[in-house]
Amino acid sequence: MIAAPNARNLLVPALLAFLLLLPVYTSLSGNTFLLTLFTRILILALAATSLNLILGYGGMVSFGHAAYLGIGGYAIGILASEGVTSGFVQWPIALAVSALAALVIGLLCLRTRGLYFIMITLAFAQMIYYVGAGLARYGGDDGLTIQRRSQFGGWLNLSNKTMFYYLCLALLLATIYLVWRLVNSRFGMVIQGARSNERRMRSIGFPTFRYRLTCFVIAGTLCGLSGALLANHTDFVSPAMMYWTRSGDLIVMVVLGGMASTFGPLIGAVALLVLEEALSGITEYWQIILGPLLLLVVLFARRGIDGLLDVSIFPRLSPAKALEAKVGRG
Amino acid sequence: MAEPLLRIEGLTKRFGGVIPSDHISLDIPDGELHAVIGPNGAGKTTLIGQLAGETAPDSGQIRFSGADITHLPTWRRSQLGLARSFQITSLFPDFTALDNVALAVQAHAGHSFRFWGDARRDARLRAPAQAALDRVGLGDRADILVSNLSHGEHRQLEIAMALATRPRMLLLDEPMAGMSPEQSAGMVRTLRELKQELTILLIEHDMEAVFALADRITVLVYGRAIASGSPDAIRANSEVREAYLGEQQVVAHG
Repeated sequence: MIAAPNARNLLVPALLAFLLLLPVYTSLSGNTFLLTLFTRILILALAATSLNLILGYGGMVSFGHAAYLGIGGYAIGILASEGVTSGFVQWPIALAVSALAALVIGLLCLRTRGLYFIMITLAFAQMIYYVGAGLARYGGDDGLTIQRRSQFGGWLNLSNKTMFYYLCLALLLATIYLVWRLVNSRFGMVIQGARSNERRMRSIGFPTFRYRLTCFVIAGTLCGLSGALLANHTDFVSPAMMYWTRSGDLIVMVVLGGMASTFGPLIGAVALLVLEEALSGITEYWQIILGPLLLLVVLFARRGIDGLLDVSIFPRLSPAKALEAKVGRG
Repeated sequence: MAEPLLRIEGLTKRFGGVIPSDHISLDIPDGELHAVIGPNGAGKTTLIGQLAGETAPDSGQIRFSGADITHLPTWRRSQLGLARSFQITSLFPDFTALDNVALAVQAHAGHSFRFWGDARRDARLRAPAQAALDRVGLGDRADILVSNLSHGEHRQLEIAMALATRPRMLLLDEPMAGMSPEQSAGMVRTLRELKQELTILLIEHDMEAVFALADRITVLVYGRAIASGSPDAIRANSEVREAYLGEQQVVAHG
């Protein structure tokens, strides 16, 4: 499709250019704080992108998605504390454990719908949170410091801030691309159809459960990747990584950015975390400002920031939409 | 003689004190258009629900194409060639008309664990979907979002989707509900063509359409099949007249 000249098609490339060039600016200015902040934003944007796959496209409102952040993170932390520091071992294990957890959780949760699904995913995440808090050998409540970041031989040095930033950016963009391909594939059509009208999906011949479960596992695995990055970013894992408020943050990012939109979760993560950072610099009670802002988005911008950007800058140049709006109702 | 395409034996369903299906037995041979009529609350939709696999019967058996399908899940019945349309339009509103039908084609084009190729550019899905739309007269509305289509067009799309699953038998639940007389006439034409090649179970309130189309008619009253026969036989049946004229008598009857 040819890109219409709308605000989104300007803002998204601008945001990507900013993210690509940020390390140049920070290395010139020596502002490592900004680089650290945006590394964190990219990692959480990856988690939000994985959540968008099930929440936005699949209609599965998981309120326990941060569990996989914790599982991926703890896999790295526990292996590191046991002396296994090779990333080539750590990372596949982190992903595999996340996938397995998502499989078990999905098998049980996906039999429920609506509010029950929200509550049962939340319950699982809280359960895993308490398991983390109970791991006395690995710090329990206090968490676990990671002495050495994942080692990738001569390939990558995660202790190099710039290199780590670019790794996060590359993995985020790869994930966005993957999700985009996925939701437009045959598999994606089934997922989106099941969000829209699952009863009809079964009546035209789809065994929807297995597709939804697969989708749930893919999302959990991708979020586990985000957890592995987060553990390396903070050199620390703790149960707080998977507390329910973190799951809530991820939902906010997706809703704020725009559900079922390609770059929505990235936009939402940037908006939420930058706002949080900026507002907390102004006042201790920054949540009083952030709360109403979110409320406004939910009330008046159902498709999030991404939906707001979907306005043509030159309305005359896109007659196709206007035409459809006119003749659409037959 | 070979078994009929659809055989219903002693099908019974209770909801508390209500018995929407009371030992219904019905044979529908290959190629027949069989209409089920009856007053509101006679259990017509419950019957379709059991045939489609959404409602589990309490007892009785449903055989399709020689196999017992009484306990098969909905999607498997669809794979066997039993397609249904819904009384209350049930579509994918945020997809276009063509997307909707393409999804039905996809359901019968092997498994959908294909994660990479763009499904909307897949001619193996789009071409048959377009053909099904053309068939019901929606060919030029393919790219319109379903939420922007009219009620009559939704009804046509329902049929197109059922057709796109390449069924052997169609279960149509009031396909003409809410249609204008012209739209109904168009639907009658479509169904007349379809009955050349498909077995159809039709539930419909539009008696003119029913008597014009049906090879045989079954009359359902309070869950019981009180009569079954050719349109002429049904027209002449006194019990049927009672059912439609004075329902109290029928209650006493059952």
